[in-house]
Order: sequence, then structure tokens, then C-alpha cells
Amino acid sequence: MSNAVTALNGAEARDGIATITEVALQGMITLRGDLASKPVAKAVKAAAGVAVPKPGTAAVVGDSGVCWMSPDELLILCPYDTVAETVAQMNDTLAGVHALVADVSDARASFRVAGPAAREVMAKLAPVDLHPDAFAPGMFRRTRMAQVPAAFWMPDTDSFQIVCFRSQAQYMFDLLKVAAQKGSGVSVFQ
Amino acid sequence: MLILTCPCCGVTGEETEFHAGGEAHLKRFGPGSTDDDFESYLFMRENPKGVHFERWRHVYGCGKWFHAARCTMTLEVFGTYPAQTLAPPQELCDAISAKRPGWSWRAFS
Amino acid sequence: MSTRLATGGRRLNRDAGVRFSFNGQSLKGVEGDTLASALLANDQMLVGRSFKYHRPRGIVAAGPEEPNALVNLGQDAAFEPNQRATTTELFDGLTATSQNHWPSLEFDVGAINAKLSRFMPAGFYYKMFIHPRPLWKHVYEPFIRQAAGLGKAPKGRDGDTYEHFYAHCDVLVVGGGIAGLTAAKAAADSGARVLIVEQTAHWGGRAPVDGGTVDGLPVDKVVDDLVSALRDMDNVTMRLRMMGAGVYDHGYVLGYERLTDHAPDLDGPRHRLWRIRAGHTITATGAIERPLSFAGNDVPGVMLAGAVRDYVVDYGVSVGDRTVVVTNNDDAYRTAIALNAAGLSVPVILDARVPSVDSPLMAQAKAAGIRVMMGHGVAKVLGGKRVTGVAVCAQAGEGAVLEEIACDAVAMSGGWSPVVHLWSHCGGKLVWDTQFAMFRPDVDKSPLGADGAPFVSAAGAANGHFGLAEILGDAHAMGQGAARRTGHTPAKSAAPAGDSIEEAPMLPVWLMPQGASRALRSKAWLDYQNDVKVSDVQLAAQEGFESVEHAKRYTTLGMATDQGKLSNINGLAILSDALNQPIPQTGTTTFRPPYTPISMGAIGGEARGDVFQPIRRTPMHNWHDQNGADWEPVGQWRRPYAYVRAGESTHDAVMRETRNVRENLGLLDASTLGKLVVKGPDAGKFLDMLYTNMMSTLKPGKCRYGLMCDENGFLIDDGVVARIDDQTFLCHTTTGGAERIHGHMEEWLQTEWWDWQVYVANVTEQYAQVAVVGPNARKALEALGGMDVSREGLGFMEWADGTLGGFDVRAYRISFSGELSYEIAVRASEGQAFWDALMAVGADLGVMPYGTEALHILRAEKGFIMIGDETDGTVIPQDLGLHWALSKKKDDYLGKRAHLRSHMADPERWKLVGLETLDGSTLPDGAYAVAQGTNANGQRNMQGRVTSSYHSPNLNKGIAMGLVLHGPDRMGEVIDFPGTDGTVYKARIVSPVFYDPDGEKQNV
Repeated sequence: MSNAVTALNGAEARDGIATITEVALQGMITLRGDLASKPVAKAVKAAAGVAVPKPGTAAVVGDSGVCWMSPDELLILCPYDTVAETVAQMNDTLAGVHALVADVSDARASFRVAGPAAREVMAKLAPVDLHPDAFAPGMFRRTRMAQVPAAFWMPDTDSFQIVCFRSQAQYMFDLLKVAAQKGSGVSVFQ
Repeated sequence: MLILTCPCCGVTGEETEFHAGGEAHLKRFGPGSTDDDFESYLFMRENPKGVHFERWRHVYGCGKWFHAARCTMTLEVFGTYPAQTLAPPQELCDAISAKRPGWSWRAFS
Repeated sequence: MSTRLATGGRRLNRDAGVRFSFNGQSLKGVEGDTLASALLANDQMLVGRSFKYHRPRGIVAAGPEEPNALVNLGQDAAFEPNQRATTTELFDGLTATSQNHWPSLEFDVGAINAKLSRFMPAGFYYKMFIHPRPLWKHVYEPFIRQAAGLGKAPKGRDGDTYEHFYAHCDVLVVGGGIAGLTAAKAAADSGARVLIVEQTAHWGGRAPVDGGTVDGLPVDKVVDDLVSALRDMDNVTMRLRMMGAGVYDHGYVLGYERLTDHAPDLDGPRHRLWRIRAGHTITATGAIERPLSFAGNDVPGVMLAGAVRDYVVDYGVSVGDRTVVVTNNDDAYRTAIALNAAGLSVPVILDARVPSVDSPLMAQAKAAGIRVMMGHGVAKVLGGKRVTGVAVCAQAGEGAVLEEIACDAVAMSGGWSPVVHLWSHCGGKLVWDTQFAMFRPDVDKSPLGADGAPFVSAAGAANGHFGLAEILGDAHAMGQGAARRTGHTPAKSAAPAGDSIEEAPMLPVWLMPQGASRALRSKAWLDYQNDVKVSDVQLAAQEGFESVEHAKRYTTLGMATDQGKLSNINGLAILSDALNQPIPQTGTTTFRPPYTPISMGAIGGEARGDVFQPIRRTPMHNWHDQNGADWEPVGQWRRPYAYVRAGESTHDAVMRETRNVRENLGLLDASTLGKLVVKGPDAGKFLDMLYTNMMSTLKPGKCRYGLMCDENGFLIDDGVVARIDDQTFLCHTTTGGAERIHGHMEEWLQTEWWDWQVYVANVTEQYAQVAVVGPNARKALEALGGMDVSREGLGFMEWADGTLGGFDVRAYRISFSGELSYEIAVRASEGQAFWDALMAVGADLGVMPYGTEALHILRAEKGFIMIGDETDGTVIPQDLGLHWALSKKKDDYLGKRAHLRSHMADPERWKLVGLETLDGSTLPDGAYAVAQGTNANGQRNMQGRVTSSYHSPNLNKGIAMGLVLHGPDRMGEVIDFPGTDGTVYKARIVSPVFYDPDGEKQNV
């Protein structure tokens, strides 16, 4: 695995109103199936240690967890170096069940936006109500950030983790840098 | 710019998160169909002033297709429902009747 | 002259001087000034020339309705034309220049137009520049271009940055005057999330200038209290310098925030465009005073009475030592009283009305010793570049001059019009109010939101209420109503009690004097900016432009930046009078956003420079960039077109790469090709419907090339399908086709065959994919080692999982070049490392990376079609000779029924062939082949076109593919392709397979 690098090799920007960091390689597995079924629940529990989350939520601790993507799709998070093993294990659990498990760890880039102004930086790019009453840790949102699809959740009250396509990593990073530029605080969520 | 509620994931979002997909409840005609049936399947569309049923995809969200009942005059959205159906739900039709008595659209009213 | 008074100016910090320049002259202002107030303080009343006649024009207003004082601001990267001096906050170092004059503001050659104005009536340009036709291009057009346009477009790149911000709230209040603040407070007390925005840098609006008391307290104190109360509420966001620019469907409102215009040294974006989604919007946008139409009402020094009052009270600026006030209502008396109180002279108030008893304001003015002439008006203003006096007449007559009164300023008031723009943007209707002679919002016809309920309310003066008591009562009620509409329970509270001085009814005066002669009417301006006079609108009506929208366009009334702010009602009234119909019947022109112009930068937001569009990069992008890649955009992807070495042209590089693939070893970054996993018990059946050929019979471990059509029968994509296991397929799509085809699959699965058990996942970006191509391809992979890639171990059109050089790979033995070829997929995160490993083992094997142009030549040599070259959305597989890929065994697939339509089965459809010029030159891409005769339009008949054309270095001649009428039946025939260079290219129809027709080379 020594050859594996993220899209931007861990780029970061710290001179704006929020810090932007490219997150290290993260195991990500797409699971499509009947989310109400027992085998899926079992596979999820075994892979991530948590139950199937409710719509619009994610249960993530560190680099493991599950995000609700759609009525028949979950995103399983696991450590990058265990992803092959996890995929195999899930396929075993789901043998004979109509489901699809795909490793998408390398198809994505992840970014962390952190700091008290993180909400504002996000609200410049996503058409989503990010008021603390409307979006909080535990929630998960797939949406658009400027011109590209993205998904995000809040690891804590002052930061966001964003997942986007790997090919758009540079665009996303540049976008976040512009949105976090010095002097661009909006002061609406504090 | 419209706001729509996706019936599949529950998100209420602005139009830029969705993709419009034309008229709802088209019946597909394939091999063996008459030229007339096939032509109307491909090309003939409703163009109502008032109640309309259309397809949308939550393209920047859960990716699911759904149907919306909407007034083309006022842009009021009467309701949305998942695409896996051949007809709008009765309670939606009733809700439209309450606001637009006497409406009809293709075979529905 | 206009000057700064020794005292007064509630917005000024007189201790802080500010230097600025106007037309190169260095001037002094004070912190708190607008550019307009500072110019007036420096006696710079003349600020520009009018658009058509180049008449001298002065400042008229104190707010965004200003029609004349449009200036160029800043220089170079910060240059911006058409900025209103009245809404430009002064800062140290500001530079402004006037526009629309030549050679100078004081002396303008174009002013000759004014002398000719009799000959340039409404519709002048339409009438004049029609005949004779030959003069259009070289005489009329240059003349009009020279004369047209306000200001000049900036030449340099904008040095500032901009951004958007998505805001959500329950209640949005637009306007931070006393009405807006009161409404915001009433809404916020319910707990609703409230956003209140004010376009100026100050809360309170006009109320502190006009005075009065609320609950016994002076109104300015009440404003301060309201502002601090709102500031203390967690559920309230307050923004100054932010204009509500437009109201759109379903509660969408654009807010235009100007962050650094007043302080260019601040970090951060210059403007921020707020994309607001509000549950309910309250427009507390106040009212705009109307001018009066009398002769010479455009002479610098004639201003709106309210503006004259603003300049004295807010900025301590006297616009003139002697100001004549002319009015049809009581409000202008406040100006006279304020001027008088500031020690300035008001020689007379000319009031068009003849009241039976004096109203309190009349009495107050008279008590202050001001002469009031009832039933009188201005016959004409005396003076050219500056008012020197007024000629007084009876309002009732035709303008006989009774008296001339010397003055250097005229304060006029024709009544007030609610600012209904935002109310109207999204469909709010208006009613005519006869009491105040104005259009105000029709509360029963509000814009309707997503739920069909009203989502905009107007409040205060914007809703047609003018007394302080009425304004506060209305605003409080609207604030509570908005809270209720968004699901909140308003706190039990009474509206603040304002005192309102009783005012005498206003008198609609659309022309002064009412029987003004033609000479006077042709000097009575309705629209200062566009030089539209009373006589022009009358002429338009006379010539049949009776609809208000037609009259607007014919005369240019209310066009450009005015958009119905100052000129609207007066123009409508004149038009109505000319048409002998009541004003409501004439109606208004359409109010369109934005309320005042917003910057292009703000509209673009962050999308400029590096983030103008999302460029997609493969894992090897940087390597390509460092190794000479000329980039080709393919959708949002960037692919290397060729790797150009030092001393080489791009063409040289393409030729070298193309040869090298056939001779040695080429590497192509194929990561951009789409990869879709299709899995489920019904996956085979599903793919049989999507592809024209049979996929369900494909064996695991094997690959098959497939075509996709849409329901219209047209080709939409192609690619190689690999069967992974019994229930799983991996479908390759074209570059840029991944999202589209993924969406296509989901659409059919979700909306037509939702009972089929199939899941699709887009894994395009999970893999970096490298095409390893050429006679040495196998040797290179064997050098990496780890899996069997022999002819027997991995046959043509097979795939296998394994390792190569320690990398986990999936190897496909497929070829788009006709050479021995593998496509190797590795994890994207390891893509660069794998590429490096291939380059290393290839060093002894003649390895070179190759780009998309070499790829194209290689496939064209083999006669392989390319989606987007041979297809253009109107081409079907039969056109391309791909009958073999149309399954006859299947009852149905997308496009099958369409292929039976008469036009699709027409033998006259053009068919794919190869084309070779007789002299070996390269045919122009896209060229058409001409046939005998002409069509119904007299155009030459066509019989084909070139779809791809290249110089083949391997065959050392030009090769092309094209669609030609009866092409396959005409092998050997020579047809003509006229080029755009005047040459006619003669080309022979040949087989499209130019190279290795038996396919031996890929099968080794």
C-alpha cells in the first residue's frame, strides 16, 4: 500500500477563516441493497459496528461508520488498509442476497473544513440551511457544492467532513480556499 | 427558482439540486406497437395551463426519480411521490381537487 | 452655489476629513459623506451630460433613484462605470470621473444635439436611420455606436474577488427604515429566524430626517433602541450595505452586499451575493419622491425636495443659498422649514393646490415667514448649467409669467410613490390609489409561493402608508403576520404609537402649468437619464404606441438604470392623458430584477480563475502536465492531446506517438473511460435492453463491445462490457459518458423496470486505467511480472484479475488501435506509481506515452467509429455499418422499435465509408461532398460529409471516414469536397478499414 496516495497528497490551507485539509485515504464501500433486510443489517454491523442509520444521518466515529446515501444505498467507512477484507466479509455475509458491494475508497477525495467559521465557508458553496438548528453533528447531506456533487457531515460542532469525486479534488480544494479567504467572514451563525 | 421535496429521502432543496425529466406517467411502446402509438410515446406531450405532472430526479442528492404535481401558472407544488407507480396517489388528486376543482390531466382527475 | 454648512449633518464625523478626486481635481469631504454630498459640498452640482442631447445635468436625488450622477469609479483593475454618486460612500483616495461627455464636462460638443432637439423627437433613431439602406453599415452604425451607451466597459481584469452565500430564514425584511425595523422586531419577538437588510450604511431610513415621535420618544432615539434590541436577539441577523435585488419564485431572494466598496483596503471579497430562501419576505422599501414636470426641470440645481432636505439634515450641505420650493403636497413644506431652520433662504413656496384652510405644515411655514403662493407653479426654470431663477405662473393657465424670482436651487415634489419593485418582481399586483395618486401593492394579489400561499408582504411607505402612525401600525401587523405564516406565534404586543401630523390632500399634477404650451412641454423632462420629455410621450401616443410597454420602448422612458424609479408615474400619467384614459387602465411597465444594477462579479461569485469550472483530473494528471501534455478538454476532463517534446510541433508529436504505438510501445491514460458495475439476478436481461447486441450470453471472464441507442434509435454510447461473474457486469462507457449513462441506467431501472433486480454503481474513479499498446505490450507486462498475460493465458477480449509488478490489477485484453493491447486497471490511489512502473520497464522497449490525437488516428486507421465524431445524435448503427451489433434474437431493446420508423429505414440515409484524397492530402474535417443540382432553396445538393480526418503517419497519407449517400455501393468512385480555402478536394470512396484489415496484429 505504500504506493497509494491521495489526490492532493494531503494538501492544506491554514491562512483563511477556516482551515482546509485533505483527509488521508479513507476506506469507503458502497452498499446497495434492501436496507430494511436482516442480511444488510448484519453486514453493516459487522463492517462498521453500528446499525443502519436513518435517512439523512450518519453514524461515524473516527474513520469508521455508516452514512445513509439513498433508500437503497449506504456508504460504509472503514480504515483504508482494511477495505479489501471488509468488502470480502460483506460479500460473504450477503451471499445469495440481491445486493451490491463496491470499493470506492480510491474514487473519492475527502476534506476537512474546521474552525468557528466552518459553517459559513460551507454555506457559501452549498444550497443547504447550515444554521446550527438545522444541521448538526449526526446529520448527513448529499448536495451540490458550487458546481460539483458532494456529501458532508459534521465530525464535531466546528468542523465538516466533505466527500467528493477524486477527479474533482483540486477544484474542491481551490473552491474551499476561496470560500475561506481572509476577511470573508459572514458572522451569521455565531 | 423552485423548491421541491424529494419523497425518497425527505430533503427539501432548491431546484439546482434537482433535474427536470419531462412529463410523468408516459407509457412505453416498443416493438410491435403501431406507428401512431410509438410516435405519441416519443413526441406527443401535454402542455397544460394549470395542473401538470412531471418527473424530477434528485440528481445532487439521493439520485432517485420522483413525480411532482405542479401548477404551471402559479408554480404551486401540490405534492411529490415516488416514480414507481402508474398513477398519482388518490390523496394527492383529492388535495388538487380541493384547490383546483374540476381539474383533469390526461386520464386523471 | 452649493456648500457645506458650518453645523449640522447627522451622518458626518466632521473631525475626519477625507480626500477624493473628481475629474482629476482633488477635493475634500468628510467621513460619513456620500460622493454626492461631498460633490455638492464642493459646489460640484454639474455631474454629467444627458444621454441623447448631452444637456448638463446635476444631482437630483439622494438615494438609488438618482438618474444623473452616474460616474466612473476607481482605476485599472478597480475601474467600474455607471456608479451612483448618491449611493457611493466616500473614502480616502476615492477617484471618480464623469461620463458621457466629450471633450469635457463643462464643454461638450454633443450638446449641439440639444439645439437640434426639435429634430430629434421620440423614435428619432428608428425614423432617421432606416433609409437609404447602403448607409447602414458605414455611416449610421458607427454614428450610433459612438453616441450610444452610458459609461465605458472596464478594460483590465477585475482585481477583486466575489462570493455567494446561501442563507435561509423564516422572515426576510428588506429595508432598514422605521417600518422595516418595526416589522423585524414584531416578527422576531415570535422566535422566528429573521434577516433584515438595508441598502445604505445606516439604519432608520428617512424617519429621523422627517422627525416625529413614537410612544413619546423622538424617532431617531426609537431607531437606535430598535437597532440595539434586534442586535441583542440571537434569532436576528442584520446587514447594512445590502440591497434586496430581486424576489423570485418560492421565496428566493437575491441580496447584494457591498463589503469593501466603502473601504477598498479591507481583505476579503468586494461583493457578496446572498441567495436567500425566506419563508416570508416583507418589503419595507419605502417610497420615492416624484419630480414635477415643468419646463427646465432638468437644469442643474433642480432637485427633489426630499433630497434637498436629506442633504441639509444628514450631510450639512446646502444645495443653494436661495431655494424655491415647488409642490403639490404638504411634504415639501418640511424641506422649506428645514432650510429655513438651517438659516437658508426660501424665497417662495409655489403650491399648485388651492386649499380652503391651511394645514399644520402650511401654517408652520407661514409662521416662519416663508412666502407661500397657492395655486401657482413654475412656468420655467431660468439658467443653463445652473439654476438662476424661476418664472412663476398660475398652475391653472398656459404659463404666462407672472413674476421671476431669483434663486440658485429648486426643490420640487410631485408626491411620493411606494417602491413596489420587489413586491412586483414575482407577480405581486398593484392598485391605483386616488388619494395619493400612486400605485400601491394590492394586498389581495400577492406573489404566491410553493404552497400556493402569499409569500411577500409590503410594509410601511412601500405599502402606501405615509404618516408615522400608519407606517408603524402596518409594519407591526406585517411583521406579526409573517411570523404567523411561518408557523410562529407572535408575542402579544401593540404596535408602537407614532404621531402623524395631519396633512392636506395632495393634488395630482402631471404637467405644470396644466395647460403648458408645446414650447414648455418640450422642455419638461420625464426621464432625465434617457432624455424623454412630456412632448415625446405625447408624440408616441399620437403615433399609435398606446400600450405602455410600446411607449416605453419607443421613447426609452424608464429604460437603463432608472427602471421606473423616477420617471414611471409621471410618464404613465402623461400617456394616460394623451390616450384619454384613467391611469390604472394604462397600467405600469413590468418591474424586473435587479432593483438597481448589481455587479457582474457578484453574479459570477467564486467561479473565476482556477475555479471557473470544475476541471476533472486523472491520478496521472500532474505527470502529464510535467511531460509536455497539450490538453484537450473532453467534457470536464482534461486529457493529453499529445506530449510535445522540446523542438517539436504538436503535429510532430502526434505523428511520433502514432508511429511509436505501431512500432514499439505506447501508454495511454484511459482512466477517464466510464466504468459502471451492473449487478443482480436481472442484470443480463437489463443489459440486453440497454445494448443493441446480446450481453446476457457473455461468459464470465470475457469482454464484448456494445452499442447503446436511445428510444429514438440514435447512438448514444459505446464501450466494452466485461462479465465479472454470473450476476455482475462491468460496463465501460466513453469518456464523459459515465455520469450520463449511469443516469440513463438508473432512469430505466427506477421509472420503467422497477421490479427488476438490478443495482448499478459508478466506479469510474476507483480505477486508474492504462492502455498498454503496441508490439512490445506483452513484454512490458511480463517485465512487471505477476500474472499470465500470454496469448493463451489472456486471450483477445478476455479479462483477468491478478498482480503486475506488485500492484493489484484487473487486466483487459481489448484493443482500440488494432495492435496487441491491454488495458490495466489499478486503484486510482496507485495510478501514478503504476504508470511510473510501466515507464520504467518500458524504457528498453521504446515506450512513449501517447495522447488522444494519436488514439484517434490509430482507431481511424482501423475504421473504428468514435461516438461524437461519427455520431452526432442523428446517426443510427445501420448508418455506420454496425448491423452485426444489432441483435436479431432479441424481441426488444432500446431503439429497436425506432429503427423501424420509415425515416430510419430509408435507403437514402448516408452510410459510413472510408475516404482517400487522390493526392494523399488530408481532407478538411467536417467538409461536405457536393452533388449535382440544387435544392428547393437554390443551394447546392449534398451527398455526404467527412466525420473524421487525419494524416496517418503509418500509411503516410491522409485518411478519412465519412457518411455518404449510397456510400458502400460506390466503392472506388471519386467525389468532390469543396474546402473553405477555395480548393476542391477530390476523394475516392474506399473501405473504412485502412490498416491490417484481417486484424492479425491485435491477435498475436
